[in-house]
Amino acid sequence: MKKHSLRKTDPPPASRSAQRNIFQQLAAVPHAFWTVLFIAAPMLFVLYFAFTDGNGNFSFSNITDLGQYTNVFILSIAFALIATAICLIIGYPLAYFMSRQSQRAQKILMVLIMLPMWCNLLIRTYALMALLDNGGLLNSLLKNLGLEPLPIVGSYFGVILGMVYDFLPYMVLPIFTAMTKLDYRYIEASHDLGCNGLQTMTRVVMPLTLSGVVSGVTMVFVPSISTFYISQKLGAGKIDLVGDTIERLFQNVSTYNVGAAMSLVMMILILISLTIMNKFSDEEGGMVP
Amino acid sequence: MKFLSKCYISLIFFLLYIPIVVLIVFSFNESGSLAEFSGFTLGWYEELFHDDEAFSALRNSLLLAISSAFIATVLGTFGALGLHRMRRRYIRKPIMTLTNIPMMNPDIVTGVSMMLLFVAVASFLGTRELFGFGTLLIAHVTFNLPYVILSVMPRFQQLDKSLSEAAQDLGCTPSKAFFKVELPEIIPGIVSALMMSFTLSLDDFVISHFVSSPNFQTLPLYVYNQTAHNVKFSMYALSALIVAVILVILLAVNFAGSAADRKSRKGGRS
Amino acid sequence: MKKRVFSLLLAILLVILPCMGLTSCDKEGGRTVTLYVYNWGEYISDGSEGTLDVNRMFEEWYYETYGVKVQVNYSTYSSNESMYAKLSSGSVNYDVIVPSDYMIERMIAEDMLAELNFDNIPHIGNIHSDFFGEGAQYDYYDPDNKYAVPYMYGMIGIIYNTTMVDEADIGSWDLMWNEKYKGNILQFNNSRDAFGTAQYFKGLDVNSNNKAEWREALALLKDQKPILQGYVMDEIFNKMENGSAAIAAYYAGDFLTMYENNEELEFFYPAEGTNLYVDAMCIPKSSQNKEIAERYIDFMLTEVPAVANAEYTYYASPNTVVRDNEEYKEYMDSIKEGGYDLMYATDTVETSSYKNLGGDQLIMLNELWEELKSDIEVGLPIYVLCGVILIILIGGGVFLGVRKKIRDKY
Repeated sequence: MKKHSLRKTDPPPASRSAQRNIFQQLAAVPHAFWTVLFIAAPMLFVLYFAFTDGNGNFSFSNITDLGQYTNVFILSIAFALIATAICLIIGYPLAYFMSRQSQRAQKILMVLIMLPMWCNLLIRTYALMALLDNGGLLNSLLKNLGLEPLPIVGSYFGVILGMVYDFLPYMVLPIFTAMTKLDYRYIEASHDLGCNGLQTMTRVVMPLTLSGVVSGVTMVFVPSISTFYISQKLGAGKIDLVGDTIERLFQNVSTYNVGAAMSLVMMILILISLTIMNKFSDEEGGMVP
Repeated sequence: MKFLSKCYISLIFFLLYIPIVVLIVFSFNESGSLAEFSGFTLGWYEELFHDDEAFSALRNSLLLAISSAFIATVLGTFGALGLHRMRRRYIRKPIMTLTNIPMMNPDIVTGVSMMLLFVAVASFLGTRELFGFGTLLIAHVTFNLPYVILSVMPRFQQLDKSLSEAAQDLGCTPSKAFFKVELPEIIPGIVSALMMSFTLSLDDFVISHFVSSPNFQTLPLYVYNQTAHNVKFSMYALSALIVAVILVILLAVNFAGSAADRKSRKGGRS
Repeated sequence: MKKRVFSLLLAILLVILPCMGLTSCDKEGGRTVTLYVYNWGEYISDGSEGTLDVNRMFEEWYYETYGVKVQVNYSTYSSNESMYAKLSSGSVNYDVIVPSDYMIERMIAEDMLAELNFDNIPHIGNIHSDFFGEGAQYDYYDPDNKYAVPYMYGMIGIIYNTTMVDEADIGSWDLMWNEKYKGNILQFNNSRDAFGTAQYFKGLDVNSNNKAEWREALALLKDQKPILQGYVMDEIFNKMENGSAAIAAYYAGDFLTMYENNEELEFFYPAEGTNLYVDAMCIPKSSQNKEIAERYIDFMLTEVPAVANAEYTYYASPNTVVRDNEEYKEYMDSIKEGGYDLMYATDTVETSSYKNLGGDQLIMLNELWEELKSDIEVGLPIYVLCGVILIILIGGGVFLGVRKKIRDKY
């Protein structure tokens, strides 16, 4: 290693480190610039468009126009809630059972749960639609068996099924991670202290994996409430959710103002639910040792 | 109980994989029907390899993913460094909040907001050529940034400050101390930020949908256009290939990982 | 961990390197001009399944004739409205577009189209006199023949699956409202065509100025919504071909494309009358390569590409070199007996065309369309399910909060 000699003019250590600190703080300038330009400014544009009419005058009419979309909003929230609940009901036991397998099996299962996550959503949704369509494999099998076909595509059930199918891995993975971090000795201790299986589950396992549940719920709820591809394909264009409406307002009829208002409302809705979710996990977090 | 839990796992994974498996199987179907398998063919793959549009989409996707991951990582790493050193909360806090917005927001809102910005800029400049690679790159860098910060920031927080001070006492200039002492510590964070951004960018459809123009199509946009029209079976072949590539990468990562684990364990013993 | 990452990087590099090689090849030799063409989906002979690739042909022809390398960037849309939205957002640049009649009229009125220089389009004479020139019957959208060159035309009819639909029920638009086929009917996913089906059904004027008449059509569409499978555009091909739906209104030419893959399908023009549309090639004012665009349009009028396009799309062609081509006629009839006559049956079917609606009318149509699309029943089961979930959530929250308070006391 090369040897460095101290220069005579070196400033005293304290001010040198201060100088260095300023130099390093300046490293954040491009980043700050970027966030202001490409995150804050676009948000301001959403606000601007949401509160102006076509001529740029201030107005509340876009917000009041959203009245006609009340059912669309209710349906979107409902679908997202139901899909999240189903994902949780299916995913929680799945993650639990997965974490009880051998190390080797866990590794393979991990790859298997991550593969759909990495695989593009469009492809998976389309594959599901192709399978479930009236002329698809499922219904032609049913027909061959002499059973009634199931008209899934174009129904509410189809859209919810699509959400569950697409986002289930996002629920399982964080819960599974929390489960693997869970110290098995807690469970043994609870057994020793006289808990039965159910009590161990509700008093030890569930509270300790709640953080995984919270992030899983967030990761399913947010994309479900804002999706448009799933409802386009599995709802056959008949079941319009908030995402579809925003997409149409921007890409098909170019009424940006109402579209911006709708995006704004959706954003606020999600922020509120995220805050509530975080509150949940904080409350519980205070309890966990 | 053990048996039941195995059954449950198998059932869920079976359901999760049927559509993908059916898609892959039927990409070899001669008749181009999804209802019955009539004969084996590689014809759809052959057609796919003659599809220039698919190939240019793949090329565009990779180009975009690499460049956006690189820019986001550089920008975010320096950003994390600056923010970490920043003592003034009233500057630090708002920047952090802003950075995290794309991570909290649904993709469609991020996409729409960026589209509004670009439309306004385009009409201000009076140009029609704004949308394309540039807008996509900006959008991808933007939604990658919070993830870069998320994986690099903790590395800075774990840094032992006295190490770099020691280096400086031993005669390093501050920048040299940074590159020699601190950078190696944060490199794993940078690498995982790169990987994360690369995958996120490769996978993104919703945001790209709003800020792209037809002259620069990425692979997800190509798939979207295909499924909006008369779907050719070469699309199934393409999907099957994508799944196969992802599977290979995942297995490789896992396999390499366990090999490395074994080696390190061996190393620990000797 | 490091090993893992490196192996991944290596894998990625292996994928990328060949691709990068491809890019560098493209850029060899001279300046390349890119021509942006924006057309309907499935509307050009694109080289798939052994057809001619017309765009590549144009590139070669242009290089041989003018010595300039042109690259055609071809992209597609699925409705006039989405094309218009893209173009009017000012975010993209196109050189050639192919809107339908009413949309051309609107774009002329809004000064979005460039006047064509017909010196660059010498083959304009190939267009049949019904579609272009003095006294033409079907140039209502551009009566002065300044902005548009007809590409294809056709009529809207109803496609149905003979194994699922009774012969007795066909012949009229009311098939689209027949409750017997609930869940098996597909409607257009664009406002003008969807309202058109209702207006033709009830004998209303498709270009009406009367808001009440439009509302009447809307009421019909709302009645229809519960028995529909969905609103689709080009997804219709797969759905009809694989028997996922039984009935759909669509453009006549596309019926033959579907028939080719599923011979159980049949087609008719409804007795109440239907829409006749002309799709024409235009150049947006913003085009940077107007001359090349005009030559592209001209190229599409010459015999080989025109026949290839007509044989690919099966739409009726306004081009005389296609219409009078015996081989083409035979080809059309070989796809389906009487195929040629079915496409060119304009004289035997009662037709009318869409005209551009005025500004206020357009806004109204948009509003009505939004009203139709957002007309959704939430339904009791959904409310109940959500109620249960919310109660569990709130109950859980309260329970946790209370328990925490109690524990805090100790």
